[in-house]
Amino acid sequence: MIERKATVASRVGLHARPAAIFAEAAGEIPVEITIALAGEPIEEAMDASSILSLMSLGASHGDVVVLRADGEGAADALDSLVRILETDHDA
Amino acid sequence: MSTFSGVGVSPGRVIGPVLQMPGAVSEPPAGEKWVESTVDAETARLKSGAKNVQGELRSRAALVSGDAKAVLEATALMAADPMLLKSANTLIVAGTSAERAIWEAGIQVADMLKGLGGYMAERTQDVLDVRSRIVAELLGLPAPGIPASDRPFILAAEDLAPADTATLDPDQIIALITSSGGPQSHTAILARALGLPAVVAAVGVDRIEDGTELFVDGAAGTILSEPGDMERTAAATWTEQSKSLATYTGQCTTADGHRVPLLANVGSGADARKAAAAGAEGVGLLRTEFCFLDRDTEPTIAEQAAAYREVFDVFPTGKVVLRTLDAGADKPLPFLTDSTEPNPALGVRGYRTETTSPGVLGRQLEAVAEAARDASAEVWVMAPMVATADEARQFAHLCSAAGLTTPGVMVEVPSAALTAESVLKQVSFASLGTNDLTQYAMAADRQLGALANLNDPWQPAVLHLVKLTVDGAAAAGAEKSVGVCGEAAADPAFAVVLVGLGVDTLSMSARALAAVAAVLSSVTLAEAQDLARQALAAPNALDARGSVRAGLPILETLGL
Repeated sequence: MIERKATVASRVGLHARPAAIFAEAAGEIPVEITIALAGEPIEEAMDASSILSLMSLGASHGDVVVLRADGEGAADALDSLVRILETDHDA
Repeated sequence: MSTFSGVGVSPGRVIGPVLQMPGAVSEPPAGEKWVESTVDAETARLKSGAKNVQGELRSRAALVSGDAKAVLEATALMAADPMLLKSANTLIVAGTSAERAIWEAGIQVADMLKGLGGYMAERTQDVLDVRSRIVAELLGLPAPGIPASDRPFILAAEDLAPADTATLDPDQIIALITSSGGPQSHTAILARALGLPAVVAAVGVDRIEDGTELFVDGAAGTILSEPGDMERTAAATWTEQSKSLATYTGQCTTADGHRVPLLANVGSGADARKAAAAGAEGVGLLRTEFCFLDRDTEPTIAEQAAAYREVFDVFPTGKVVLRTLDAGADKPLPFLTDSTEPNPALGVRGYRTETTSPGVLGRQLEAVAEAARDASAEVWVMAPMVATADEARQFAHLCSAAGLTTPGVMVEVPSAALTAESVLKQVSFASLGTNDLTQYAMAADRQLGALANLNDPWQPAVLHLVKLTVDGAAAAGAEKSVGVCGEAAADPAFAVVLVGLGVDTLSMSARALAAVAAVLSSVTLAEAQDLARQALAAPNALDARGSVRAGLPILETLGL
């Protein structure tokens, strides 16, 4: 299991357009990726490719989230998703 | 040949095929089970239906830009969302049909979002919309929402909701006709903003067969099937005239040179630039809700100031009348309004939110003052829904505390019109909001087609309230100005009456400026005053409108 932490950069938090961009990118990656707020138990982690899950996560601007994945290519996949989270898509 | 008559709400004469707006998708029966299928086949059926809906939404997103594109892309993602499909698949495993399963899963997700409040709660409608689309797809029914077509068409519906109209493409649709809805309904407002001919409250038009060729006259309020040579000529003439009406340069006067500044109603910097290009001399109504909508918290003073400044800068030598936040009723804001009021139209809305959430208005005025500080536009500020002279005085104090020198009020509550002299003694100007003034004077909901006859600004009672406001302002002081910023000012015949009643400035959708200017320039002030007297004396709205139109032959010539 590989983990990466990222700080949500979008001013509106992880919903609306930023959530759509992130879910779409997560959905295009062949490995399964989960997302949770930092400090939340691993079993509360949600499917990162689900825009509805992302919206219910309620991550605001500046919140730290944890991405997790297994398998081949997981590290690269997580790195690319961290970059998306740490970009302000409203700017 | 069949004819339908309704209320013409936006002028223009066109001919084209009609397409019906599909009805709402009905709920699959509770407890519906899949039969002659398997869990695998049923989940696969759902998945492929969801993917089809996603594909359809994506291809629609590809055709638009800006906010509409972002909304459609997010909605497309929701259609095949793993969370939504997983909840539905659990139900399918228990024997529920794919249709019922996605219906219930949609409700579960919507409830969850609603529970989160704020922005998330506002997305519940998107989830429910996606769910209905998937059910329609599974059942082989037309997708809810505006139909797609490869050639321009006339859209017919019972009525259009704001959600339906968000994706309406004015290049695809040449006219709107509805069997319900009134002159102030969303359909009517949208049609005027887009410059599309429209007829509302035309009983039976929602049952005309798809593809039928129709002639629509948005001024006369008539719809005709099997149009003949006469209608074809009328439509061709309109196409020519609408081109000439598109060239207006600003500086409107009556035939004898009486100046009537024509201003625009705008809701953003982009709107303001469009209005300036269409010839507006300034802004008669800057709606500030755009800064606040889709937000669960109040925007900062700096954010607001930047947004207002963008509009001020479009009219460096003109006037911009800014309306302070008008939340409540049809424009709820999570941090200001109480959505459980039994009667929101009569509730805590407009200026009244100052009593329940004091401070928001003061901060908004501070933002306006900051934006106005280095702007060269003349900035006027008015409060919506002011009912008494006391409220007008309090608002003027707030303005002066913020350093704003030209405070005013919207006159949309009849009490403010009836006591206009006392109200105007407290402030510098009044702006009549005819939509709400009509709704409150006639006690008739703006959205109800059944009350379209009552909810008509041509009602003599409404005209008398306009006159009382103008007279009250004159009694309060010679320099007090009265404008109109309601939809009615966009009706050229009504605009003549308003000028005849003594209204100083008119503010409207940018689209209407040229037509209003053309008609005003055809009459002298004395003629306008005479037509206003006839309208005031008319026994009903129909006669008021009829006698004024009869006195304005240019309307027929221009097809307005």
